[in-house]
Amino acid sequence: MMSPNPAKKHNAHLNVGPPLWLLAELTYRCPLQCPYCSNPLDFAQTEKELTTDEWIRVLRQGREMGAAQLGFSGGEPLVRTDLEELIGEARSLGYYTNLITSGLGLTEAKVNAFAQAGLDHIQVSFQASDPELNNAIAGSRKAFDQKLKMATAIKQAGYPMVLNFVIHRHNIHQMKDIMALCKGLDADFVELATCQYYGWALENREGLMPSKAQLVKAEHEVNDYRAELEASGSAMKLIFVTPDYYEERPKACMNGWGSLFLTVAPDGTALPCHSARLLPIDFPNVKDTALKSVWYDSPGFNHYRGDAWMPEPCRSCDEKGKDFGGCRCQAYLLTGSADNADPVCSKSSYHDRILAARKSADHSAIGIADLVYRNSDNSRLFFKS
Amino acid sequence: MDISTDNVLRLRRGFRFQWEPAQQCHVLLYPEGMVKLNESAGAILGEVDGKRSVKDIVAALEQTFPEAGALANDVCQFLEHACNQHWLEVS
Repeated sequence: MMSPNPAKKHNAHLNVGPPLWLLAELTYRCPLQCPYCSNPLDFAQTEKELTTDEWIRVLRQGREMGAAQLGFSGGEPLVRTDLEELIGEARSLGYYTNLITSGLGLTEAKVNAFAQAGLDHIQVSFQASDPELNNAIAGSRKAFDQKLKMATAIKQAGYPMVLNFVIHRHNIHQMKDIMALCKGLDADFVELATCQYYGWALENREGLMPSKAQLVKAEHEVNDYRAELEASGSAMKLIFVTPDYYEERPKACMNGWGSLFLTVAPDGTALPCHSARLLPIDFPNVKDTALKSVWYDSPGFNHYRGDAWMPEPCRSCDEKGKDFGGCRCQAYLLTGSADNADPVCSKSSYHDRILAARKSADHSAIGIADLVYRNSDNSRLFFKS
Repeated sequence: MDISTDNVLRLRRGFRFQWEPAQQCHVLLYPEGMVKLNESAGAILGEVDGKRSVKDIVAALEQTFPEAGALANDVCQFLEHACNQHWLEVS
């Protein structure tokens, strides 16, 4: 029998809007081994993926609820042989369809077939601005050339293109080269996303986190380049996501828990963000729960809606409506309780842990070869008993 | 940029304008983003078709909304904003 759900009752007064963003993590399989991957450390435990029909059901239910943006991601979504079919279904439902890919496994024929099926946009991730560093971080010798080829094919096929670079201490010095590479490839949007420390990236934090000096230099370079772009009338847009570890107030993570974003993991687990799986909270599965019920009724999605759950210092904070206490995953990973204020906040009694990480970033001697790479062998180490 | 009333504008490639029943408004969708449009912005963007000039669009809107009076200034201002945001481009 169903147990009473205090969270639901508690949040009954909250005006919960529809999930406007649906992220379909089709698979955890990926040919790359980036040491900052956002997939869970124990991803290799998830072998069973949703079927094509199950995904189509999720897409329909999401669109009915009002989701307008749809991301196909992973892992590497291209390893799913039904991707073209899913794109076609999504586009006919009225979604704006985004493919978020490493470019590995992509071909010119697929680029064109996906366009026919109705794909709106392709985002390609790069690891660096030169082949040597790119391939070392990706753990693949052929990655960089393939990415260049596919970026060219994507533009030729007429798609808008986003290029995404995860920025860390080993590539942040390339900022100018990275932006010039993107300009040369005619990117429409460039995401320069400084690493966020969950999963694999947290394991590797000391080896990834840029120092304050590195960050300040990069910020200047991005601002200068942005000014040049604007002066020349270029439509290329730079989005520089700076690391919250150098802030005194936390980010408004996901624009609030269960407010806009709904992620469905490869096995059907529904999550308010792609990291939330690591929290000690029960999340529903789309295989046995309708998406509407997942979003509006499940204890998992209602857990951190509103602000009644907040302890101090958030409870009495006049900024709680702005940042929602920051990120629940970061609070859990760094303080041991997901209820706590995100320790990025200088009001958090755990803020010294952030300060210590900043200090380590000034002295880290961890090289690229010393990082823990994201692959099945390493993943199994995280769930071996 | 300044636009002239003789310009013909179109949506930038990869940008999509559509009605969202759940939000009861028009939206502009683009890579990983969405702008909710108010009623007048929705009405203006709904006329942008890559064929008719800004002048024609103003005339069409004035005909649809006779009670609103002369619209040239408001429409041009919004279209300029949309061009500066790179939502629209001159075709």
